[in-house]
Amino acid sequence: MEVLFFGIAKDIVGASQMAFSSESDTPETVGALKKHLAETYPEFSRLTSMAVAVNSEYAKDNVPLKRDDEVAIIPPVSGG
Amino acid sequence: MKKRIEIVEHIDTSQVYAELSDPLSGGICVFVGAVREFTENEEVVALEFETYKTMALKEMDKIAERALEKWKLNKVVMKHAIGQKSVEEPVVIVGASSAHRDECFEACRFLIDTLKETVPIWKKEIFKNKTVWVSAHP
Repeated sequence: MEVLFFGIAKDIVGASQMAFSSESDTPETVGALKKHLAETYPEFSRLTSMAVAVNSEYAKDNVPLKRDDEVAIIPPVSGG
Repeated sequence: MKKRIEIVEHIDTSQVYAELSDPLSGGICVFVGAVREFTENEEVVALEFETYKTMALKEMDKIAERALEKWKLNKVVMKHAIGQKSVEEPVVIVGASSAHRDECFEACRFLIDTLKETVPIWKKEIFKNKTVWVSAHP
């Protein structure tokens, strides 16, 4: 599963993409992915908010993740 | 075409009248967002915008559809620029046209306010000696 990072999330992780290659280390849900990221990169918990998109739609914590999903980490948006 | 939704390198503000003009529209309302020189008394050199394009276009389309449901509109335009923009450059343009002015005024406000809330676009303020991702931290 590929996870895309944008804005400050990209700076925190130091990359614009991250791959979870094996089934065993791929988080099962959006909530599990958020937890994994917050534990690995404590900077995430300092953000105003952090949303996740699955296949380019905002996804709640209970949404399951599949291997071929395109997942994106959406830090606070600031367009306009 | 009723809706025009785009992520672009540069916004050409001179195109919008033709894009919103319509035989059934007696009113056209447009909002343009531009780069401001000062943020809380600090001089901004430029703004840099990045986007998750496929999702941004989808979210902008949803906003335009909601506006078309809420008000009787003939045309809707939503465009956002990406890349580095300097002071006074346009970065976003939204607009609507309708038979009478009330509908397009209200829709225009809704388009820009909702875009700022939901569309995955990020803005970095570039000051002389630092850069800041806008709204990232409380």
